[in-house]
Amino acid sequence: MPEHDVLIIGAGLAGQRAALAAAREGVSVGIISKVHPVRSHSVAAAGGINAAISVADDWRSHAYDTVKGSDFLGDQDAIEVMCSEAPGEVMHLEHIGVTFHRNDAGELDLRAFGGASMNRTAYVADITGQAILHVLYEQLMKHSSSVERFEEWFVTSLIIDDDGGCAGVIARDIRTGRMETFAAKNVILASGGAGQCFKPTTNALICTADGITQAYRAGAPLMDMEMIQYHPTTLAENGFLITEGARGEGAHLLNSEGERFMSKMAPNKMELASRDVVSRAEQIEINEGRGVGPDGRGIYLDITVVPRKRTLEALREIVNIGKDFAGVDITREPIVIQPGQHYIMGGVKTDKDGRTPIAGLYAAGEVACVSVHGGNRLGANSLLDTLIFGRRAGEHAAARARSLAMPSVSEAQLRRDAEMIEQIIARPRAGRRISEIKEELGTTMNQHVAVFRDEQGLTAAREVVVRLKEEAATAYVDDRGTVFNQDVLGAIELGYMLDAAETMVVAALERKESRGAQFRTDFPERNDAEWLKHININCGEDGEPKVSYSPVTITQWQPEERKY
Amino acid sequence: MSEFTLRLRRYDPQSGEPPYWESHTIELEPHRSVLEGILQARGRFDGSIGIRCSCRSAICGSCGVRINGQPGLACHTHLDEALERSSDGMISVEPMGNMPVIRDLIVDMDAVHWKKIQAVTPWLLAREPVPEREYLVDREAMVDVTQSMACIQCGACVSDCLAMEVDPDFIGPAALAKSYRFVGDPRDSEHTERLTALSEDPHGLYTCTHCFKCVDACPKGVNPMGQIMRLRRIAGSDHHIEDRNNGYRHEHAFVDNVRRNGLLHEADLLPDSYGGKFNPRAVPELIASMPVALRGLLRGKITLRKALTHPHKASKELRAIFERIESKPERYELNLYVSGTDEDNEPNEPAPAEAIA
Repeated sequence: MPEHDVLIIGAGLAGQRAALAAAREGVSVGIISKVHPVRSHSVAAAGGINAAISVADDWRSHAYDTVKGSDFLGDQDAIEVMCSEAPGEVMHLEHIGVTFHRNDAGELDLRAFGGASMNRTAYVADITGQAILHVLYEQLMKHSSSVERFEEWFVTSLIIDDDGGCAGVIARDIRTGRMETFAAKNVILASGGAGQCFKPTTNALICTADGITQAYRAGAPLMDMEMIQYHPTTLAENGFLITEGARGEGAHLLNSEGERFMSKMAPNKMELASRDVVSRAEQIEINEGRGVGPDGRGIYLDITVVPRKRTLEALREIVNIGKDFAGVDITREPIVIQPGQHYIMGGVKTDKDGRTPIAGLYAAGEVACVSVHGGNRLGANSLLDTLIFGRRAGEHAAARARSLAMPSVSEAQLRRDAEMIEQIIARPRAGRRISEIKEELGTTMNQHVAVFRDEQGLTAAREVVVRLKEEAATAYVDDRGTVFNQDVLGAIELGYMLDAAETMVVAALERKESRGAQFRTDFPERNDAEWLKHININCGEDGEPKVSYSPVTITQWQPEERKY
Repeated sequence: MSEFTLRLRRYDPQSGEPPYWESHTIELEPHRSVLEGILQARGRFDGSIGIRCSCRSAICGSCGVRINGQPGLACHTHLDEALERSSDGMISVEPMGNMPVIRDLIVDMDAVHWKKIQAVTPWLLAREPVPEREYLVDREAMVDVTQSMACIQCGACVSDCLAMEVDPDFIGPAALAKSYRFVGDPRDSEHTERLTALSEDPHGLYTCTHCFKCVDACPKGVNPMGQIMRLRRIAGSDHHIEDRNNGYRHEHAFVDNVRRNGLLHEADLLPDSYGGKFNPRAVPELIASMPVALRGLLRGKITLRKALTHPHKASKELRAIFERIESKPERYELNLYVSGTDEDNEPNEPAPAEAIA
C-alpha cells in the first residue's frame, strides 16, 4: 500500500504547485492524476496571470479590482493573501523558467485584462497556462526522486477514518485496472472544475467535477456553487475559448448594427469590464435581436483593429483556432463569438491554507472555493489562484504531516469500490447510454443555469437532474475489459457531474437576488441586506443537498454599486 | 450533415487476438474534427473505443494518432480534409508509430517519448545569481523560445521520425526541440554542456537526416527539424564543439563542398568530412562505404564518371552570396517566428464593410 505524508489528487497547476511546495519541506509526496500531467486543463488557460509587479502598481489595487469583480462576495482576507503574494509567485515562475514575454527593456511585459484598473497581466503569447504547466512539469521531472507520480490513475473515493479525518484515497490504475488503497496523512484535492456539466463549454472532457463530488460525498461543504462563469468570447461554432487577451490587446465587440454596444453597460471599461457584465451585455443584444451569425445567436469580435504583427505574435493560438475551427482569418475579419460556460467560482469550501472542514483534507484551484472569486472571477486570476493556494496547501499539509503518524487504513473500502465498478460493468443493456444522459445534462444546464436564470427554469433543471440521477444508476457500458476501460470511468464521472450539477441548481434557486454571475430575472437587483453571504451545501444523510449560509469576510472594502 | 465512414484500428491486449480494423458510419458537418467523429461512434455505437482525448482544441496534446497514414491530432483534422487524403473513401485512424500500442489508438508514450524528454535535462539550469526580480533578457529571445515552448508533447513528430525508425535510440525531434528551449534561453547557464552532450551522443544531434517528416507532422508549428538545425549551428559555429560523431566536420565539409562546387559533389563529401581522401581517418570510412557505392553503381544510381569527376563549379553569384554572408561580424539567424514574414508586417486592411453588416 503506497503511503505518503502529502497525497495530491490532480496534476494541473494547483496540484503540481502543491506537490513541489510540499516536497521542498522534505516530506514524502505523491501526486495522482487521471491524465498525464501536461494534459491537465490548466494547459488551456490562455491570456495570462495577474500580479501587481509594475512599480506603478500596488497589490491593494489588484485586491480591490478582485473584490469589485467578485461583486463583493469574495472573502477579502483571502483576496489580500492572493494579491499580496502574487508578485513573488510570478517572479518564482520566471526564475524556474517560464518564458514570459518581455518589453523592450527586457522586463516582464504586462497586458490589459478585464476588470483591471491597470495593465498587470504577465503572459506567454496566448499559451500562458501551457507554458506554466509545462515548466512546472519540468520541475516535477527534476524532483522525481522526491515526488512520486501516479500518472493515469483514477480516484474513486476519499477514505474518511472513524474520527472523521481524511486518511487517503482509493484509486484505479487506468492502464491495468488494478485498484489500490493509498494511505496518506493529508490529501490535497486539486482536480479542477466541472465544466462538462454544461454543453457547450470551453472546458476539456476531463473536467467532470470529480474532486467537488468526492469531497461532497465525504461530507465537506460546497460553497458558491451557483456562481458559474460564462466567458464572453467563446467560438459560436463549437464553444472553444477565444482569450480575453484579444480584448486586452484592443479588440472590439460589435452587434448586428456594427455598434460597440458595451458603451451602454460599461462606458468606461467598454470591452474590458468584468466577464459577467460583458456576457450579460452580449446576451441582451442577442435576445433583443441584434445578434449576428446564421441564427442570430452570436456577436462579432473584431480583432482587425489590433496591428496584424502584434496579433500574430501575441495571439497566435486564436489565430490558429480561427483558421482551423471557424475558417476565419481573425487578422482580416471579425469572428462570431457568444457567451459560453467557462469556469465555476464555487467549489469545496476552504480557508486561506486550503483546509476544508474535514481534517487532513485540503483543496486548491478550481475544485476549491476559498472564496477569492466570489460572484465572478476576473480574467487571469485563475492561474494565480491555483498557484498561490496550491503552494499554501502544500506547505500547510507538509507542516501538519510532521506531527502525525501514518494512518492505518483497511482494504474494506477498496473492495467496496471494486464491487461498484464490477456492478457498472455487469449492468444489463436495458437502460440509457451514458453519452445520452451526459448530453441531456449539458444542454439542460446550459439552457436554465446560464447567463439569465429564473425560478421556473431552475426548477425544471432540478427535475431533470434528479431524473437523470435515477437513469444514471442503470446506464450501461460496452467495455468489459480492464486495460484502459474509459467507458466505466465515464460512468463514474457521470455520477460526479450529476451530484455537482444538482448542488449548482439548488444554490441558484436558493439565492434570490442578482449578483456576479447569478442573474435572476425574477430578482434582478443585488440585495446586500439579505444575500451578502455565501451559500453552503452539504450532502445530507439521505443524500439530498442541505443548504446553510456563511458570512462574507470584509476587511477594507465595503460593498458599493458596481460600475465599469 | 454528411456521412463519413471511420475505419478504426482496434486492439484489445486482453483478447489474445491481433489488431483489426472496424468501421463505423458517423454523421457530422464536414468541417468537424475526426475526434468528434470518433467520439460520436463511441457515444452511439461502442463505448469501448479507446482514445486519449481531452481539450478538443489542439492544446492538451492527448489525441495524437495517424489519419490515413499521416500523424497528427484527431481534434485538429477536419473530416472533409481527412477524406480528401483517403484513397478508399474511408477515414482510417490508427495509433501513432515508433511507440508500443497499449490499446486501440492509445500508445505507450512513457516508454519512448517521455523517456527521451527526460534524457535532455529538461529543466532550466538558471544562471547565478538569481536576481530579486526577473532576469532581464531580450524581448526577441523570449519570443524565439516560445516556438519550442509551444510544443504540446503530442508525439506526432516522434510517430513518423524516420531516423528513429532506423535507430530507436535516436533522441528524436521532440526532445531536441525541448533542448533548444533551454539552449535558446539566455537565462540557462549550461548551453555548452547541453550542446556538447547532444553532439557527443551517437544517437543525438547529428542523427537527424533532415527528412522534414516532423515539420509536417507538428500541429503547433514548432518546426522540430528547424530547432535541430539551429542547435547544430549554435554547437558548431558559436561553441565550436568538434564531436566524435564527426557531425561538426561533416557540416563544415558540406558547406565547403557547396562553396567550391556550387552543387554538392557527393563523392567528395564523405572523405572531406574525415579530413580529405588521404587522411588516415578517412580510409576506414571509405572502405566501409564501398558496398553502398558499389550497389549504387550496379543499380545505375550513380555512374563512375559522375562519382569521380564533378564538372560543376561555383558560379560568381554563389560566391558573392558566401562572401556577403561570411563578411558579417556575427552569424545572422533568419527567424521568421520572431521577425514575421513581409506579409505579417503589412499594415492592417480595414475590415470589409459586408463582413460587419
